[in-house]
Amino acid sequence: MSGEAKPSTLEAARASLMRSAALKPFEYLVWLPLPLLIFLFPSKAFLLNEIAILALFAVSLDLILGFAGIVSLGHAAFFGAGAYTAGILAANGFGAPLLGLAAGGAAAALLGFATSFFILRGSDLTRLMITLGLQLILLELANRFSGLTGGTDGLYGMTVDPIAGLFSFDLTGQTAWFYSLTVLFAAFLFARRLVHSPFGRSLKAVKGNRRRAAFLGIDTNRRLVAIYTVSAGLAGLAGVLLAQTTQFVSLDVLDFHRSAEVLLVLVIGGTGYLYGGIFGAVIFKLMQDWLSGMTPQYWQFWIGLLLVAIVLVGRERMTGGLGRLAAFLPGRPARRAAKAPAAGGEDAP
Amino acid sequence: MLTILFDGFAYGMLLFILACGLAVTLGLMNFINLAHGAFAMAGGYLTVVLMNRYGVSFYLCLPAAFLVTALAGAVLERTLYVHLYDRNHLDQVLFSIGLVFMAVAAIDFVAGSQQQIIQLPASLRGRFEFFGVSVGVYRLFIIVICGLLTLALQLVSSRTRFGSQLRAAVDDPSVARGLGIRVSAIFAVTFAVGSGLAGLGGALGAEILGLDPTFPLKFMIYFLIVVAVGGTTTITGPFIASIILGVADVAGKYYLPDFGAFVIYTLMVAILIVRPEGLFARSAAR
Amino acid sequence: MTPVLETIDLSRRFGGLTATDHVSFSLERGARHALIGPNGAGKTTFINLLTGALRPSGGQIRLAGEDVTRLAPDRRVKRGLSRTFQINQLFPEMTPLQALALAAAEARGTGAAWFSSIAADEPALARAAELLDRFGLAEFMDEPTSRLPYGRQRLLEIALSLAGHPEVLLLDEPAAGVPEEERADILKIVAALPEEVTILLIEHDMDLVFSFAERITVMVNGAIFAAGTPAEIEADRRVREVYLGEGGDE
Ligand SMILES: Nc1ncnc2c1ncn2[C@@H]1O[C@H](COP(=O)(O)OP(=O)(O)OP(=O)(O)O)[C@@H](O)[C@H]1O
Ligand SMILES: [Mg+2]
Repeated sequence: MSGEAKPSTLEAARASLMRSAALKPFEYLVWLPLPLLIFLFPSKAFLLNEIAILALFAVSLDLILGFAGIVSLGHAAFFGAGAYTAGILAANGFGAPLLGLAAGGAAAALLGFATSFFILRGSDLTRLMITLGLQLILLELANRFSGLTGGTDGLYGMTVDPIAGLFSFDLTGQTAWFYSLTVLFAAFLFARRLVHSPFGRSLKAVKGNRRRAAFLGIDTNRRLVAIYTVSAGLAGLAGVLLAQTTQFVSLDVLDFHRSAEVLLVLVIGGTGYLYGGIFGAVIFKLMQDWLSGMTPQYWQFWIGLLLVAIVLVGRERMTGGLGRLAAFLPGRPARRAAKAPAAGGEDAP
Repeated sequence: MLTILFDGFAYGMLLFILACGLAVTLGLMNFINLAHGAFAMAGGYLTVVLMNRYGVSFYLCLPAAFLVTALAGAVLERTLYVHLYDRNHLDQVLFSIGLVFMAVAAIDFVAGSQQQIIQLPASLRGRFEFFGVSVGVYRLFIIVICGLLTLALQLVSSRTRFGSQLRAAVDDPSVARGLGIRVSAIFAVTFAVGSGLAGLGGALGAEILGLDPTFPLKFMIYFLIVVAVGGTTTITGPFIASIILGVADVAGKYYLPDFGAFVIYTLMVAILIVRPEGLFARSAAR
Repeated sequence: MTPVLETIDLSRRFGGLTATDHVSFSLERGARHALIGPNGAGKTTFINLLTGALRPSGGQIRLAGEDVTRLAPDRRVKRGLSRTFQINQLFPEMTPLQALALAAAEARGTGAAWFSSIAADEPALARAAELLDRFGLAEFMDEPTSRLPYGRQRLLEIALSLAGHPEVLLLDEPAAGVPEEERADILKIVAALPEEVTILLIEHDMDLVFSFAERITVMVNGAIFAAGTPAEIEADRRVREVYLGEGGDE
């Protein structure tokens, strides 16, 4: 069967694939105004910084959840690993931010790689339990080795040097914001490139139908290990950012609620197209800022209600508003296909 | 040593009663209900309120906790959960975490965030020596109650018509439906009973496990361990998993107090790595 | 000449049921071979064993003379063994173009690249476009697979298995469930499969089997019951009794 395609088909195919990976006008609209926010809301620098960090964390989760279909309840393990690595370094005289970034990202990625082999088999429940369990183990360890981590008191005494010896972290939070935003941007570019590569597309195939993916010759386990490692590394970077910009790390970075929260953030923004993490982080943080201003203690109640509502209304529909921008975003045609008669057929046991 | 074993056993029995409802929901509806602990918490708080405010006897509170939470479970099942059976696991997880958050904040709002104390009746307090083992009366009481319940569950599932329909439905809901079994009615009843047992467990366990608004979050992982490790195809699986968990937790906290729950988490992860479908899964066909 | 694909005493049990019962079978290069048998005979199980979707309980599988009994499915695909599924196994959210380009890239070894673009992979693109044309899927190239008519999904199922230029192709009831009016498309495609590809076809449609196959193997209760040319099989009394007799033309 070595026929040739019609030139028209070939051209249409090429155009279609290029279109789905090309930068959309919408993306400029997301990124260009971001650095300017600080000038609009100079007093909100810390909130903006938190948004950027949370967005990076959520984007990292999207890589495994939205692209590879791995449900994790323990993604904070990697966030925490990054945060503690950078924190401990800075508390022991290694306060260069970029060094902390590299070390924290690498430590988290290493942890991700080592644990990725455990999430390859079993059901969703097994994966939930293993991811959650590993995070809790880390939490117990961080608590136990308080000499190193500060335990329940938190890790004090971090001194973070100026970035590249030039920009010191000031009290206004401006440096922190630009720093986090830059890291977010770089990591996002990387992730975006990745999901549009053949590797990234094969992940969607693995997510869509793991069994068939294997019968296209894809080594599904290796792909999952790779993306889990990358995702862990990016989550680690988010943790580093939090440690460095707040100059403090506590056991809170490894808490269950952090894993649940990032899941919620991603779900608010929508999974599987990367921008969901950013949109979700913005919406979530603004909402938190507003609601906890009203009822600081019971803010959790509203998160819960929101989660229940999102699920009952249907995630597809709820995030549909953002989804309608899909036409401009990369890689979205898939989302239209929500729940038509399954082409997947029986599940691979 | 034997005392630890005994306490662990009591603790494990308690966990089983708390978690067996979750095992059934998961096995029957393939539904991951992270909010299961909220029912236990409800049972616990109900007991606290009944006893402390209205002076109701502890012995009466136990059946009340069962009935009220069972009713609440039935209502929630028919109104909310029923919409989620055919959703994917992510949706189920999000939904039930949402419920947990709401329950935690609501209880915090109503009852405050402090620990609640249950004043046990005098007849249940104290310890006695039995062949050199120091036996807590209340723990013995728990073992007896939970043992009877376990036996009852076992009998219902193996001897009654309802039990055989239930087992058929767990095995393969669509086949069971084909046989004319009213699967959705079975769902509702088992969900209610499971919630009721959790409520009862919450009432029984308040003294041992502690009771505050974060209860559902704190013990979520324990319940999940029971079902993940024990599997959902039998009653025996979760039962044995509960006992292992109870003993390991008590022993771990006794011998390695610095490591907290480290021991059981590690044990769980290790088991799931070796046997992803749990210790007692039917041998995988492939 | 060694057969391209060969099994020696291959067995598989499910509990008490022996779904594949000491099957020794071989496929010559370039063969047009059909595997038939009543429902539940174990045909799909046999394919699952050949491709690695199932582990055998005993016996050996050799691909181009090499033992592949323990090899993972994706490794066997890389060695030229491809298959389709009786029940569609597709990617519901991906478009046919995306899925085919991916399959073609994977076969070329560029499927794991992190930073290249699939649109720039000329050979993969050309292969995908060619298959879109050949299978009448070009007009659907940008539709999510789940929205395709069933017959087109069935065609995509075959196209995917061909994307990597396999040497051996195992077709598990390619026309299963396809409405009468779309059947002809499938039959045409199967008839026009490239000569150099070795094909094992499982099918209940006897017209298709007899027009397609040069050799036929009949499986009953997991064991090979008879084998021969179409004429021999047609003339075989026992085969008629167990199989052809009881409404083989479904
Ligand atoms: N995973 C499994 N577990 C248990 N039994 C199985 C499994 N897969 C197949 N079987 C059994 O093995 C036997 C052979 O099934 P198989 O699907 O191979 O038959 P088939 O010849 O392909 O039938 P059909 O023509 O209906 O497709 C059947 O009795 C079936 O129930
Ligand atoms: Mg078959």
